[in-house]
Amino acid sequence: MPEPLLRIDNLTKRFGSLAANDGLSLDVAAGEVHAVIGPNGAGKTTLISQLFGELRPDAGAIVFAGRDIGALSTAQRVRIGLARSFQITELLRDYTALDNVTLAVQAGRGHCFRFWSNARADPRLRGAALAVLARAGLERRADIVVSELSHGEQKQLELAIALATKPRLLLLDEPMAGLGTAECASTIALLRGLKGTATILLVEHDMDAVFALADRISVLANGRRVATGTGDEIRNDEAAQMAYFGEGHT
Amino acid sequence: MLQAERPGGAGSAQRRIPSRVAWRTLWRIAGVVALLLGALLLPWAANKTGDPALISLATRIVIYAIAAASLNLILGYGGLVSFGHAAYFGVGAYAVGILYFHFSQSEPFLGLVPGSNRFLVTLPVAVATSALFALVLGALSLRTAGLQFIMITLAFAQMVFFLFVSLKYYGGDDGLIVRHRNVLFDLNMADDTTFYFVCVVTAAVYFFLFWRLVESRFGLLLGGIRQNERRLAAIGISTYRYKLVAFVIAGAGAGLAGALMANFANFVSPDLLNWSHSGELMIMVILGGGATLFGPLIGSALLIGLETVLTGWTEHWQAVLGPVLILVALFTRHGVLSLLRTGTGSHA
Amino acid sequence: MTLALEQTLNGIQFGVMLFLLAAGLTLVFGVMRIINLAHGSFYMIGAYAAALAGERTGSFAIAALAGLAAAGLAGLIIEYVVVRRLYARDYVQQVLATFGVILLVNEGVVMLFGRQPLYLPMPPSLSGSVQIIPGVPYPAYRLIIIAAGLLVALALSLLINRTRIGMLVRAGSTHREMVRALGVNIRLLYTFVFGFGALLAGLGGLLAAPLLAVEVGMGEQILILTFVVVVIGGVGSVRGAFAGAMLVGVTDTLLHAFLPTLLHRMMTASDADALGAGLSSMGIYLVMALVLLIRPQGLVRASG
Repeated sequence: MPEPLLRIDNLTKRFGSLAANDGLSLDVAAGEVHAVIGPNGAGKTTLISQLFGELRPDAGAIVFAGRDIGALSTAQRVRIGLARSFQITELLRDYTALDNVTLAVQAGRGHCFRFWSNARADPRLRGAALAVLARAGLERRADIVVSELSHGEQKQLELAIALATKPRLLLLDEPMAGLGTAECASTIALLRGLKGTATILLVEHDMDAVFALADRISVLANGRRVATGTGDEIRNDEAAQMAYFGEGHT
Repeated sequence: MLQAERPGGAGSAQRRIPSRVAWRTLWRIAGVVALLLGALLLPWAANKTGDPALISLATRIVIYAIAAASLNLILGYGGLVSFGHAAYFGVGAYAVGILYFHFSQSEPFLGLVPGSNRFLVTLPVAVATSALFALVLGALSLRTAGLQFIMITLAFAQMVFFLFVSLKYYGGDDGLIVRHRNVLFDLNMADDTTFYFVCVVTAAVYFFLFWRLVESRFGLLLGGIRQNERRLAAIGISTYRYKLVAFVIAGAGAGLAGALMANFANFVSPDLLNWSHSGELMIMVILGGGATLFGPLIGSALLIGLETVLTGWTEHWQAVLGPVLILVALFTRHGVLSLLRTGTGSHA
Repeated sequence: MTLALEQTLNGIQFGVMLFLLAAGLTLVFGVMRIINLAHGSFYMIGAYAAALAGERTGSFAIAALAGLAAAGLAGLIIEYVVVRRLYARDYVQQVLATFGVILLVNEGVVMLFGRQPLYLPMPPSLSGSVQIIPGVPYPAYRLIIIAAGLLVALALSLLINRTRIGMLVRAGSTHREMVRALGVNIRLLYTFVFGFGALLAGLGGLLAAPLLAVEVGMGEQILILTFVVVVIGGVGSVRGAFAGAMLVGVTDTLLHAFLPTLLHRMMTASDADALGAGLSSMGIYLVMALVLLIRPQGLVRASG
């Protein structure tokens, strides 16, 4: 069996006496869409933050492409191929959608110590950025300032920016949250189109999206993984049912 | 391809409103031309109206416009609230003063570096020295952020202030007289009008380079740092190095202005590094509206103009300036320039 | 030896003064996330009020009360008129507004009382010396300042750690929304913290008045050192402010006391004095730089 692209090994993160992630282990195979679901407070966002380098684990290891990345900063992790979309959008609100993506494209092309040529007018950057926006369905809104975009468009922009860095592993934190039906559908289609080229770790509450996209689903509860399997397997799994509907652990 | 259905359809990306963009560009070019013409004609106008002191005033405004613009790079564009910018202004000024001192004493600095009274020598030295100071102090200061950063930049500027106060050899507290302005080709730099033009040309070149800088990839990134550093980390950018480079460039710009000031006033003193001087630079940036190209010029003109007018009325002019600043801070979001601008949604 | 002891005590006394200012400042920073450049103005107002009252009445006690009252009142007024509107603003606007307050207050004082420095005579009962160890006299007044400062530090520590208000202050600095959700009047809390900070600064000012010339600008000089104290100590931590204040006070005083003499051996007297004074003043900033290199957050992390 080939080495998983991402191996999470016994990851633990405590906040005071609360163990948000408690000896969590998980594998993500290259090219798969691996969904992570679970009730609120199960530790999903904590997991993503640790993977991305924004939280330091108390114990455990994160191995990406065979390499322990625990000591790397967020920016360093992005440079070796991780990307993240945020549940609550983190966008450059005074810039246009195109500017946001241009910056992401620019960042992926080595250092940004270029002081002379106009960045926005650079056809290479612009072309690449518009292409990414088009994939996310936002090319008509390219020149609109982010603060004037709708919530759904902002979420799609989040996704576009993550894609612009040409990541090997995408960490998506509830990309469907707040989207309307049409936007959901187009996002699902977009993500489906990525299969094979990018590996995705998808944290989601929207079960339709999860079952439509996921190759495998892991269920988290109380900071641990309680079940993993295909959509069908999970539907019938007792531990998974317990996590969602069983004795409610607050 | 995969497009979300939008009610009504807003039209394709190609169909922006081209005439609006073209008009704006035209206005901008016209504005710049008008500004340059105005600047060049000012001495003639001043002499016509019998008020040659206006030339000195304008020179000060131009010099401070450069200083304020340099601060604007890190404050307005970068969002780094540096409260110690006067330090680099002062270092640049002192570079000129010290070089002149050694020139006039015919005795090299530290026994190695000969003094100079040549503009084309002192200016680069001033810029380089202040850039070096900015590199060292910035490298330390930028390890912090927010409130800490503001206080630390202030504290370091104060440290440099004390450094120059302690150098009795170069006048210490009393300052250093630069008896003659630096020599530039065959120009009569002692003539106020000639010197004014030199400053205007320097400023024009500076603002041109500044404009290229803020529109470049580096400038785009810097604006991103101001808006959301977390986002920048998430696209793979380690922001520290970019902040430091911006800080150094800003320091260099302040040094340039300081060098001009040393020539203008024929005098340098530690007061140039006073914390309230840093405050004045910040005020100019804020008054004019940060993150705009000409905001600093407006801010400089406003503050210096205001101070000049107020000192004419009352010796207690600070009691008027104080409330003005408070009101500007409380009631405008982006300085005076925002009051002039009617449109929204434009990245300056 | 005795000189070293005396200077160390001077350093502690200076440190206590800095602590009075830094405690208020760090609380305001920590709880309200406001940068208040005008904090030094409360120090000055305390000193001025005390000097004026002392002049009129000849009583140090009344002067002290006047100083406290004036500083506290000034704090409440400034909070109400200006600072209150800055809570949601970014730092740049806070800097601009409080800078304007400094200009206004300084010039206001000049307009009311002129530019001549004022003096507050030391209370006669305290103007003698005390033998701290036999053969080493030390000014009683300075000992009183040290005692007063340590008392304030103790009281503050108790206040913050043992009382309900203190708990609110600690909670308010890290969990603003939660405190608000619990029904606590955040506005009132902020006003209290700000006013209290002003009061402490005023106390520092009135205590300093017999030792210095009371003049416009005295606030800003000590304010910058106060910033250094807060940075070294850690923003938001009163314990850190104490540690930082002691470090800064003692280091600065000892440097000023001994560095020029050291330099006398290497150069002419007047050069040594100027260089010594300048380098001594620089010294504390170098210490700050060192702390920044090792612990950018400051010595004490603010208690959450």
